[in-house]
Amino acid sequence: MPISLDEVRHVARLARLDLDEKELAVFQGELNSLLVHFQDLDGADLRGYLPKPHAVALSNVMADDVALAGLTREAALSNAARSRAGLFIVPTIIEE
Amino acid sequence: MSLPITASALAEGLRTRQFSAIEVAQHFLQQIEVRDGELGCFLTVEPERTLAQAQMAQDMLDRGEGGPLTGVPIALKDNLITHGQRTTAASKILETYIPPFDGDVAEALVSGGIPVLGKTNLDEFAMGTSTENSAYQVTRNPWDTKTSPGGSSGGSAASVAGGLAPISLGSDTGGSIRQPASLTGTVGFKPTYGRVSRYGLIAFASSLDQIGPFGLTVEDVALAAQAIMRHDHRDSTSLLDAALKPDAFKTRSVKGLRFALPSETMGEETEPGVRTVIESTVARLRAEGAEVDEVSLPSLNLGITTYYIIAPAEASSNLARFDGIRYGPRADAAGADAIISATRGQRFGHEVKLRIMVGTYALSAGYFDAYYVRAQQMRAKMAAEIDALWSKYDAVISPTSPCVAFPIGEIDSMSLKLMDFCTIPANMGGYPAISLPAGLSKGLPVGVQLMGPVMGDEGVLSAARGLEQLLDLNPMRPPNV
Repeated sequence: MPISLDEVRHVARLARLDLDEKELAVFQGELNSLLVHFQDLDGADLRGYLPKPHAVALSNVMADDVALAGLTREAALSNAARSRAGLFIVPTIIEE
Repeated sequence: MSLPITASALAEGLRTRQFSAIEVAQHFLQQIEVRDGELGCFLTVEPERTLAQAQMAQDMLDRGEGGPLTGVPIALKDNLITHGQRTTAASKILETYIPPFDGDVAEALVSGGIPVLGKTNLDEFAMGTSTENSAYQVTRNPWDTKTSPGGSSGGSAASVAGGLAPISLGSDTGGSIRQPASLTGTVGFKPTYGRVSRYGLIAFASSLDQIGPFGLTVEDVALAAQAIMRHDHRDSTSLLDAALKPDAFKTRSVKGLRFALPSETMGEETEPGVRTVIESTVARLRAEGAEVDEVSLPSLNLGITTYYIIAPAEASSNLARFDGIRYGPRADAAGADAIISATRGQRFGHEVKLRIMVGTYALSAGYFDAYYVRAQQMRAKMAAEIDALWSKYDAVISPTSPCVAFPIGEIDSMSLKLMDFCTIPANMGGYPAISLPAGLSKGLPVGVQLMGPVMGDEGVLSAARGLEQLLDLNPMRPPNV
């Protein structure tokens, strides 16, 4: 089923992408042309195959408990758009 | 002064003091100065930084220290983090990003005395197959500057093909090293997933991404791979037994080697000129006593679909970190959500946004099982089909790319996405795979791909050397270089 403009708007909202109406329409077309191919998987016989999330199977190992140097505060803040007094300045997330 | 063109010959000349690491670095910086205006391989070049690293390499050589490539300079794809040197992933969202640390490969290059010539162009966040999706510039193929060098590691491939760097590093998520190697007449190698640390690789799709080298010969890529393959505790998927073993440098005669050729890679989607080159390669292998059997891997037909669910899903999660708070410019807006959405909306390019949208959709409530889980099951099925071959065959042989270099600006983004069907399987199963030149079609290079089992990197490299010797085309150069 083709994806509607409202669904595209919802996905853009989930993805935190500010898109104007023109862009939303373009993405609707492009998403639909990709989703048509996604239906190809519907016919595949996948019984007996467990989902494979990684390229190479690994077993967990325990790391030694050793203290290692990380970034200094100054280095960690060096690319921040805004910082003050050794802290990232973030937008207000709790309104008064 | 005339310098040899391969990394191995440069290393030999440096060890025997025919020239210095400074002279070698100056030579390549000069080539960049002269030719990169036309080719557009590099996003950042800092000659003083390169020359300081070359001086350190020369000091190592003078003390009799260093490794096999000490003093041989390298170009790095601009999604590989370098301490104090701008790293953009060809995105406007990282336009001002100066990393405060080195990635593991950058650290390995420093300790090996391998100077960095500069940072090369790519499709934004490595999403593409033509290097046209860079936010900064288009890279041109030295074989024909009206054509693309492929992608996403197009800058790294073109820099080696054009003589601007003897070796380079790229990253490969669905073919982004091997396809540009094929299109530029270079050798490109994707090691087994987990044998090169991804610490300091700006993530695209973490379960598929792998760093690897370009060079003009199989020996050169083996040397460059050896310099960066090692275990790293900072990458949780790094393999303990990652280092490249000396067997990689042997030449395996193709006589007696057993190759599987998937018929799905030689159908109508592959252009006739490419099929002809691969058929002639197969004929030569058989004449030399190799066994080449045509096999069927039906899952390959669903490889692109599977990839375009898994890779965007992982990308949508990985790229969530670009929020304008910790790095990169921040847009003006009222409230946290508005600031983050505006920053991302303004700074990501179209293709990146599309893939984030696809991935977000595939992972969203109601579609997760239908798309993402089924794609992962398909991935398991594809790997099972390929794993069943390893008891009978030493390697899978196929074209690398279904076409030769194509004109810049003329292929639509959907057709570009369909080009990766020969290379995607190696990423799905974590297999090592290499592309090397096999001939020309329409005057442009055609690459042949060899893929081996997980941890079979040494076997793939030594078999590739046998094939390289048989074909006798390397080092291949464009007519005007």
